[in-house]
Amino acid sequence: MEDQAGQRDYDLLVVGGGSGGLACAKEAAQLGRKVAVVDYVEPSPQGTRWGLGGTCVNVGCIPKKLMHQAALLGGLIQDAPNYGWEVAQPVPHDWRKMAEAVQNHVKSLNWGHRVQLQDRKVKYFNIKASFVDEHTVCGVAKGGKEILLSADHIIIATGGRPRYPTHIEGALEYGITSDDIFWLKESPGKTLVVGASYVALECAGFLTGIGLDTTIMMRSIPLRGFDQQMSSMVIEHMASHGTRFLRGCAPSRVRRLPDGQLQVTWEDSTTGKEDTGTFDTVLWAIGRVPDTRSLNLEKAGVDTSPDTQKILVDSREATSVPHIYAIGDVVEGRPELTPTAIMAGRLLVQRLFGGSSDLMDYDNVPTTVFTPLEYGCVGLSEEEAVARHGQEHVEVYHAHYKPLEFTVAGRDASQCYVKMVCLREPPQLVLGLHFLGPNAGEVTQGFALGIKCGASYAQVMRTVGIHPTCSEEVVKLRISKRSGLDPTVTGC
Amino acid sequence: MERSPPQSPGPGKAGDAPNRRSGHVRGARVLSPPGRRARLSSPGPSRSSEAREELRRHLVGLIERSRVVIFSKSYCPHSTRVKELFSSLGVECNVLELDQVDDGARVQEVLSEITNQKTVPNIFVNKVHVGGCDQTFQAYQSGLLQKLLQEDLAYDYDLIIIGGGSGGLSCAKEAAILGKKVMVLDFVVPSPQGTSWGLGGTCVNVGCIPKKLMHQAALLGQALCDSRKFGWEYNQQVRHNWETMTKAIQNHISSLNWGYRLSLREKAVAYVNSYGEFVEHHKIKATNKKGQETYYTAAQFVIATGERPRYLGIQGDKEYCITSDDLFSLPYCPGKTLVVGASYVALECAGFLAGFGLDVTVMVRSILLRGFDQEMAEKVGSYMEQHGVKFLRKFIPVMVQQLEKGSPGKLKVLAKSTEGTETIEGVYNTVLLAIGRDSCTRKIGLEKIGVKINEKSGKIPVNDVEQTNVPYVYAVGDILEDKPELTPVAIQSGKLLAQRLFGASLEKIYHTLFWPLEWTVAGRENNTCYAKIICNKFDHDRVIGFHILGPNAGEVTQGFAAAMKCGLTKQLLDDTIGIHPTCGEVFTTLEITKSSGLDITQKGCCG
Repeated sequence: MEDQAGQRDYDLLVVGGGSGGLACAKEAAQLGRKVAVVDYVEPSPQGTRWGLGGTCVNVGCIPKKLMHQAALLGGLIQDAPNYGWEVAQPVPHDWRKMAEAVQNHVKSLNWGHRVQLQDRKVKYFNIKASFVDEHTVCGVAKGGKEILLSADHIIIATGGRPRYPTHIEGALEYGITSDDIFWLKESPGKTLVVGASYVALECAGFLTGIGLDTTIMMRSIPLRGFDQQMSSMVIEHMASHGTRFLRGCAPSRVRRLPDGQLQVTWEDSTTGKEDTGTFDTVLWAIGRVPDTRSLNLEKAGVDTSPDTQKILVDSREATSVPHIYAIGDVVEGRPELTPTAIMAGRLLVQRLFGGSSDLMDYDNVPTTVFTPLEYGCVGLSEEEAVARHGQEHVEVYHAHYKPLEFTVAGRDASQCYVKMVCLREPPQLVLGLHFLGPNAGEVTQGFALGIKCGASYAQVMRTVGIHPTCSEEVVKLRISKRSGLDPTVTGC
Repeated sequence: MERSPPQSPGPGKAGDAPNRRSGHVRGARVLSPPGRRARLSSPGPSRSSEAREELRRHLVGLIERSRVVIFSKSYCPHSTRVKELFSSLGVECNVLELDQVDDGARVQEVLSEITNQKTVPNIFVNKVHVGGCDQTFQAYQSGLLQKLLQEDLAYDYDLIIIGGGSGGLSCAKEAAILGKKVMVLDFVVPSPQGTSWGLGGTCVNVGCIPKKLMHQAALLGQALCDSRKFGWEYNQQVRHNWETMTKAIQNHISSLNWGYRLSLREKAVAYVNSYGEFVEHHKIKATNKKGQETYYTAAQFVIATGERPRYLGIQGDKEYCITSDDLFSLPYCPGKTLVVGASYVALECAGFLAGFGLDVTVMVRSILLRGFDQEMAEKVGSYMEQHGVKFLRKFIPVMVQQLEKGSPGKLKVLAKSTEGTETIEGVYNTVLLAIGRDSCTRKIGLEKIGVKINEKSGKIPVNDVEQTNVPYVYAVGDILEDKPELTPVAIQSGKLLAQRLFGASLEKIYHTLFWPLEWTVAGRENNTCYAKIICNKFDHDRVIGFHILGPNAGEVTQGFAAAMKCGLTKQLLDDTIGIHPTCGEVFTTLEITKSSGLDITQKGCCG
């Protein structure tokens, strides 16, 4: 095959135009390579489709955070009278107006991505791709027209899509997912969100926040993989702010009633009884599956995990075929986060074409869950730290604090909480930071760097606070869990 | 007072108190912990005279703080005799074994400078140099030693703190936790407009706390505008009610004042609402509101009197103008306001007043936010200008006249140009002076005990353990002449200046504009928010400056500050994964250097 190098259409072909794929394409073009991106959005079972940019831009981070912001603004409107603003309460919310504004912003981003590809001379094909052999991909356009593209290097970055519980009667027919919720023209009304993933909690959070009757049904624990103390506080806060919870319940059937409402039947595992309820919308948020099935990976010889169908790669992001790589949500064992996909993609391209040998470091990836009370974290959960180092070697510093802005607004701060998980041996290396409170993402980002720099508890304590902020609570953490002292912050 | 550290399993265990720099023992039983060689001065390259001075201060401090100090050598039989003597008297000693510390030889040299005695043991009792072994036994036999030992009971308190602000209170509480007998003196001299307040100092009463709450109120005004774009429906013109807000904020402050009093009481710190003034060594006079005077003595003092707003010294300023001391509890809406000054206090106040919909003008003598990065400062100014704050640059007020009394009244301000002869006149309801702050150090009797202050600034120079030139007097907070912080900055900026003057550039600046996601739908302006970092090329691109202009800037900056403490480099920034979508993540993808001149406006979302 080596003799054919240079005769193929492209130096690099990227399959998938999401955050990771686009980052790869732009980086390679910057390095002077001939690059093509193929992207195609298979409509959701409810018929929702969108433009270039992948999950993050169209049906993920971006619309999610904007709707979260709409919900936060609802809270601020309630605060405003305490701060002297004379607003008559209650203030109603118009879904159409919000959705239209959010969708317009997303469309402008789609356009921006296309312009960026054009600017960098990256060839873009809106086609559905599948492998023909290990260097060639066949693309089918909307009209059925086929095209063959060959490249020296291929990066698979097709991401994932929401999982449907197809074994449940009516699930596919009547349910929607995060692929649809942000593109609804009309308010979803009374909504049942099924699942306990961050997607489930975030969606239920903003729906509750804009005034909709919202219920979460979850089988077991919330936010699996996250620190469980923090996760249960997230849930507590949501419950105290109007989201209903059906815990230990699993749906068995969805039916449409004559009036158009959906009747959901579920089983309560604690009582063993069956129960029903009616909703306007049922949103499945039970996980995501990789978008690998239509790729014909076996034609190229790319191995996937038999359990998850995700693509198996090594530390250089290479698949079982050396010149085919995979990044982002489609890869087995990687965090499903936009910035990790982008960074992994960039580093990969720099190794391929830029003479670099730097590998992606998947440790200490920070993230934030945008529930009504935001949860930011980086590093190990308390459970994981104890599992790795033993209870005796882990020191956890924590504090219940009250954001200054909550005082005058008379808000409840019972769940505003921060904890830092450290090694016990001086200088007490920081293993993890967990922050529950407003602007958690903004708070966490810098500390993620601190952890990257090998921050110790001692160093964090020597950092001067910025007053008055919530993030200064982190540098004021003095009470260890082990001491058993009251971690409530008093004074200013 | 002996307190064993919480996790130590039993008395006398080696390494009991690793942080303590000398063996702290009852009698003379345990010496410096074996295997752990203490150092008396901070490690690092020794710049001999500086390091020596530091060591000297440390030793003086140790002598000042201790009832008995024995400079000893572990193998010296004379030292052992002295230790046994104090042990038999049941007296607790600080024993420093000079053969067991790294810099023992230097300690001995400095000691000989202080005492003119070159040998060990060298004994101090209640700050008095007793001498060596023979002199100590002579003193014991004559009864002088016993007399000296009794003297430490003479002071009323171990520590008196003058000033009940953030610094003073935290110091008081910490000392009390360590078992010391502590007093706090706090007295708020009313402002020229008659405003006074409770315990807690500037931050709680007339600073950070009310300021950020009013800032939050102003942000809520913006949030209300935004919320319509996000689908919340109401059409009426929303008005802001100053009284409602101020009452709510003052209620919160009262609860904080109360909380401070309670926590002092819980920790058994004596709190006296009186004005403190040194009258002689180790002694202060406390004058209460009624003019009653009481005298207190203490072994040590901390000055934490903070600062108060400065006045212009022009006709009408103290009569008619207000300062930040008055604004936050003003019983009426200030109306059309002139803010004089360009400090952060001035800009913050102008910002939130404009946010409530008031007509606000800022009069600036020269530059905005002196001492801050000037590019950032100018951007702050132009953002404010775009949002309705008017700026009068290069003018200073010369006279303030009252036209009408009232709440608020009407004031006429006459100002003159700093560059020519031009004068202007304006009529305002309120004139807020925010031209700087002066240390409260000139009327507390410092001259009586010889504490040096910088005559020009009123600030108190201290060493890096916050000690003034009088060893038993310390200072914290705003009144410090910020020596430890400014030295490295001065060195750094001197280097940068030399580089700029002679061509080569030492620093590399990365920057970008960004558009917070929340601002997009709200239709707020793009390319206003700005982030930049400054790296030192010759030190592995270590990040030496971090600047962000945008929402939640405080929340964003805190963690990066911790990272800079840990030696943050550009490479580490690049290796850090962003949290998406936040504003903070822009720092993980900074690519464009300022010198490249490339476009930094943002287009896509995900890089």
